Amino acid sequence: MTDQTSLTTEPKPIPGITWLLALVPLLLLGIVITYLVVTEGGLTELSGPPVEQLLIERIVLPEAGIIEVHVINDGPQEMTIAQVQVDDGYFMFEASPSTVIPRLGSATFTIYYPWVEEEAHRVVLVSSLGALFEGEIAVAVPTPQLSGSLFIQFGLVGLYVGIVPVGLGMLWYPFMRRLSKQAMNFILSLTVGLLVYLAIGTWLDANEFATTIPAFWQGVPMVLFVALISLGILLALGNLKKSTEISALGVAYRIALGIGLHNLGEGLAIGAAFASGEAALGTFLILGFTLHNITEGIGITAPIVHNRPPFTHLILLLIVAGSPAILGVWIGGFAFNAVLATIFLAIGVGAILQVVWEVGKLVAKETHKLNLPFVNWVNLSGFVAGLALMYFTAFMVKF
Amino acid sequence: MDRRIHRSISRRRFLGAGAGGVASMLGAGLLGLPTQSHDSISQPHPTPTTHGEGTTAHNSMMRQMLVGAVDHMRNGFDPMKLLVDWDYGTITGQTETGQSIREYTISAGDIEIEIAPGIFFPAWTYNGRVPGPTIRCSENDHLLINFANFGSHPHTMHFHGFHRAEMDGVDGEYRGAIAPGEQFTYEFDADPFGCHLYHCHATPLKRHIHKGMYGAFIVDPLASRPPARELMMIMNAFDTNFDGGNEIYAVNTVGHEFMRRPIPLKVGELVRIYLINIVEFDLINSFHLHAHFFDYYDTGTTLQPTLRMVDTIIQAQGQRGILEFRPRYPGRYMFHAHISEFAELGWMGFFNVVAEADYAAALAEVGLDVEWDFKSMNGNTISQSGGR
Repeated sequence: MTDQTSLTTEPKPIPGITWLLALVPLLLLGIVITYLVVTEGGLTELSGPPVEQLLIERIVLPEAGIIEVHVINDGPQEMTIAQVQVDDGYFMFEASPSTVIPRLGSATFTIYYPWVEEEAHRVVLVSSLGALFEGEIAVAVPTPQLSGSLFIQFGLVGLYVGIVPVGLGMLWYPFMRRLSKQAMNFILSLTVGLLVYLAIGTWLDANEFATTIPAFWQGVPMVLFVALISLGILLALGNLKKSTEISALGVAYRIALGIGLHNLGEGLAIGAAFASGEAALGTFLILGFTLHNITEGIGITAPIVHNRPPFTHLILLLIVAGSPAILGVWIGGFAFNAVLATIFLAIGVGAILQVVWEVGKLVAKETHKLNLPFVNWVNLSGFVAGLALMYFTAFMVKF
Repeated sequence: MDRRIHRSISRRRFLGAGAGGVASMLGAGLLGLPTQSHDSISQPHPTPTTHGEGTTAHNSMMRQMLVGAVDHMRNGFDPMKLLVDWDYGTITGQTETGQSIREYTISAGDIEIEIAPGIFFPAWTYNGRVPGPTIRCSENDHLLINFANFGSHPHTMHFHGFHRAEMDGVDGEYRGAIAPGEQFTYEFDADPFGCHLYHCHATPLKRHIHKGMYGAFIVDPLASRPPARELMMIMNAFDTNFDGGNEIYAVNTVGHEFMRRPIPLKVGELVRIYLINIVEFDLINSFHLHAHFFDYYDTGTTLQPTLRMVDTIIQAQGQRGILEFRPRYPGRYMFHAHISEFAELGWMGFFNVVAEADYAAALAEVGLDVEWDFKSMNGNTISQSGGR
């Protein structure tokens, strides 16, 4: 009670004053900033030599005799690119909008160089202070231009990598429906294993993209935050429905979503491989991914074996999980953007983790019904089988 | 998932990758991507950039050159003028044995110079320029080199020629390096005649040389060489990112300067080039002249050529010599290192050979006047009436 009396003796807040008080530190901050900008705060002696940093985002070969280099200045200050070397020689070039690149600004350098089909080239941008920024053209082929036929062909690649294997995997649905409860637990555990594999893979891929994006994006923490936030949002959405019963169909959709985002990443990689002239590897990858992704169809349908969802739901699940691969190939091939790729993959990590949690709970519930411990030989071998299937089929796509 | 997007793979690794060959054709067929293009790839246009008729825009742009021009006013020296900028010092008296005493004033300093359009280099210099002054004298002169160091590091002047050990200008020996703010006079006889050089011999030697501390030291023989149009060329290079390799190669510092401004010569006249190689990090440098052959006097210490009728010579660092030739036909003739990499990184230029009547125009075209013409024709110390 004494606490209450002391509270009532507090000065009565006047709304205007409260807001003014909140503004005081900001006003002072403004003064400090102005002081530092105008007078350099007596730190002139501390200012070191200029630091130059430049990220080569993309090298494009639009036609014979032309190399386009897209760069972004992710260093601490403005910088100037004075000259351009290709294969240890200076060549004429044009810069757009300018050779002077402000902090966080970007520029495109068009170099007039007779590059040689299927051979390697090295582009070096030389700054006004003589620093070198190097980009490699591993295999020179004309960068795919957006055309109707190539659009369709890239779409086909996405189809082979996404829709076809997921659809084939889902065709095990009638078979799974005839399985015993124990066998179903094996399949659900297998799904968990496969999802854990995908979560780790997607995480690593997201981080790989994250290291290639401009420094100010803080790629690696960004991946972590985006993954955590998407995991949180999906968990919160799952808790919206007050019913304690998990909707099996809902779980299937969320698995499909997570797998879809993962397949988007695979599509991006394949599209980018074609764009950077590694068409041979791209084709080899298609076969591998078709095999690798077939397990995903099992994972999506495993939670719904006891339901009888309308056929349209199965088609929709297939589209959610498979079609992002098509989208990925298009984006990767025609308009690759590492920042967006990083964000999408990070969302994928969150989404997959969320379904690992949900399917895990499902396994726990089903196992409990059979009066078995959660970790038993059946569940464990299912989990290991899931990991192993993904791991060994990945031999086709990792090199 | 595929990890090759941002990982750079070498061509060799690419070829070695698994089913590369077969899958390549398969893949390209599947996607309709070209495996082999027989499209003609445009060749570099042989004439200067003109947005002329008959060439596509990018064709005329496709030149093997640095882009833009260097501000020679800001640098304080012009490579074109360095070709003929002889420093005869001042004759201040005679020794007891009757030798002319020739005095020079050289100061070391730090200055930022533009070595290629837009690329700035923190140089160490003699008299604020790279290369340093071309010290020219006649055989047997008694030289006094008054050296003062206004730079931030200790420096020396080490001359190639006969002299006593005390005058060798080597860090740690005798007087050793001259500390910032100090001065020293190097004293020796101009001997032997020839095309020599001087450079800083402070530690670390590599850094002191490639930062710009070198110059030509030309001793004219008492038995004078025939009159000629004389040019001094120091083949130099700059390591702009200090990684132990050069980014810009040149003659007289500025890359591709003589591509933009061809050196004017007259048909039939005798041309004499004092050529010195000071390039750091690379084992050799070379000089190749298009469409002509020249006689070569190794180190310039003889009056008879040591090589006759050659069009390419090589020089290691510190090697030098004299080239003599007569332009036979009018037109533009390239000269460059016959090390294609150096040529493409800046060490490449043109002579513009014209008839007598067109010479004034050729001079004006590259911003030169009769004074340059006079200096290039009257370099020889012996023909001078003493110093200036």
